[in-house]
Amino acid sequence: MVGGLFIIITSQNYLKKVVGLAIFQTAVFVFFVSLAKVLDGTAPILTKMENAYSNPLPHVLILTAIVVGVATSALGLALVLQIYRNYETIEEKEIQSLELKSDK
Amino acid sequence: MFNIFLDDAAALVVVLPLLISAIIAFIPSKIWPWIISLVTLVLHLVLSLHLLKEISISGLIIYEFGNWEPPWGISFKIDGVNIGLQLLFSIFVLISTFYSRKIFLSEIDSRDSGKAYSLWLLAIGSLNGIILTNDIFNLFVFLEISALASISLIALGAGQNRKALLAAFNYLIIGAIGATFYVIGVGFAYAMTGTLNMNDLVIQLAQYSDGQLAIFAGMSFMLVGLMVKAAIFPVHIWLPPAYSYAPSAVSTLLAALATKTILYFFVRLLYEVFIIYPSYLSLFLDFVLYPLSLLAIFIGTLIAIYQDDIKKLLAFSSIAQIGYITLAFSLKDHSGITSGFIHIFNHAFIKGGLFMAVGYFAILLKDRVTLASLKGFGYKYPITSFALLICGLSLIGLPLTNGFISKLYLFQALYTNQMYFSIALVAVSSALAVAYFWKIVEQMWFSEIKFKSEKEDAYIYLPIWIITVSIIVFGIYSSPIIEFSNLSADYLISGYQN
Repeated sequence: MVGGLFIIITSQNYLKKVVGLAIFQTAVFVFFVSLAKVLDGTAPILTKMENAYSNPLPHVLILTAIVVGVATSALGLALVLQIYRNYETIEEKEIQSLELKSDK
Repeated sequence: MFNIFLDDAAALVVVLPLLISAIIAFIPSKIWPWIISLVTLVLHLVLSLHLLKEISISGLIIYEFGNWEPPWGISFKIDGVNIGLQLLFSIFVLISTFYSRKIFLSEIDSRDSGKAYSLWLLAIGSLNGIILTNDIFNLFVFLEISALASISLIALGAGQNRKALLAAFNYLIIGAIGATFYVIGVGFAYAMTGTLNMNDLVIQLAQYSDGQLAIFAGMSFMLVGLMVKAAIFPVHIWLPPAYSYAPSAVSTLLAALATKTILYFFVRLLYEVFIIYPSYLSLFLDFVLYPLSLLAIFIGTLIAIYQDDIKKLLAFSSIAQIGYITLAFSLKDHSGITSGFIHIFNHAFIKGGLFMAVGYFAILLKDRVTLASLKGFGYKYPITSFALLICGLSLIGLPLTNGFISKLYLFQALYTNQMYFSIALVAVSSALAVAYFWKIVEQMWFSEIKFKSEKEDAYIYLPIWIITVSIIVFGIYSSPIIEFSNLSADYLISGYQN
């Protein structure tokens, strides 16, 4: 979790920021799934024996969140591509210096 | 046959725009996407009016999706708190869609019109979902749909200025971090209570009457995440570039409604759920939200004064205005919540009108609107300029405009809470607002060059004037807005006492 956040904050490369975001989100997903584990739990399938089973709801929630995460990453990467086409670089510092020049 | 639709009105206000959005993405025509969107939003307004009628009879609608009972299924809740906002939302999206056509035509490639309106409806549907949902995880999904749709809309501004791409990218990264923080909070809350439904959450949380660290951590994560999304002061940095480089029609929609819906949910979470820990709530309100609001008001206004670009100026003034709203909400009593809601309503009109007028100037100039470029516009385009003047006066809070009503109620609320320091600060920053707005007026009417008036486009100034007239009407006859806000505050406070 913290690793992903660290990458987002420190890296100067936009592509790396998107990857950092993906890592950050995946870490949260794993956190959710770990909440669902019940000791000695099995898959939540209805059988004749009464077993303890893991809570399926967080898995379902995370399925939704994964879809959201994929959409976010895809949009982020598409934006990085467009930024590259317009600026011919995806390094934050270079873009900032380009912008400073064009403002003058 | 129509009754079948009315029975599901609560779901349809969200589902209808989302469905139509999927269809119109594939329409290659220039004009049909706009017409279909307009028809959809007229239906949307009809459904909202129907909901208003239902609420005035029953007072509460809970719509269960797929007939799953609330603690398990996802439900929408409509009550006194959100019905006013729902109505405002419906009316405003209709007006701004009407306005958007000419702006989109001149700012984006006309072949993309179908796709642009598809995103537009996607944003509208999901923002409406934020207003209605009663499920904390469902809120996250709507938050992300609306964020992704608005990011794509902002990026459409790249045809005008490539900085729009950077603005959209920064919004994406910061917004996604905010949303992920919110999800971590939801995870903690779910781990402790095993529920996602807001009403059930209150009941389940009550068993930990003295509170547990995990719950407080979760609550803090959720609040911080929402603060990022609502652009409350220190985490607002994504907002000014995003609003100022987006196509003008998009800035109108976002500035008037996007942050407002999230602020509404923020307040609802505070006063409906977290209220069962009064000590935590007052800690958060007094030591986090209250000082941050004051800073937002002061710093937002100060930065706005030094802006040369008018859209950026308006964006920074939005930060200050969000500060007024959160200041009102941090007061913990009926008068504070009422004045917060009043300002949500009024500010939607004011900022919407201002962005519309400035957006029109932007397409007339075919360039960014700066102070210098506005020289003599008061004579050149008198109809739009006069509307801009009235909206601006309302932003400052002059009598006879709805901005005055907002300020009046905010001062009253602060006075009853004996917060004299904030009264002084609000008064000072209102005076400073005169400074930045006067710069615009000076350029438009008092420069040396005189122009002959030119023809203006009725399709554009009509919606601007609808907004402007309603600003004056609600400034004089303010009871509808005050009643809706009172109702919202009543419902939230009654939950507080239970």
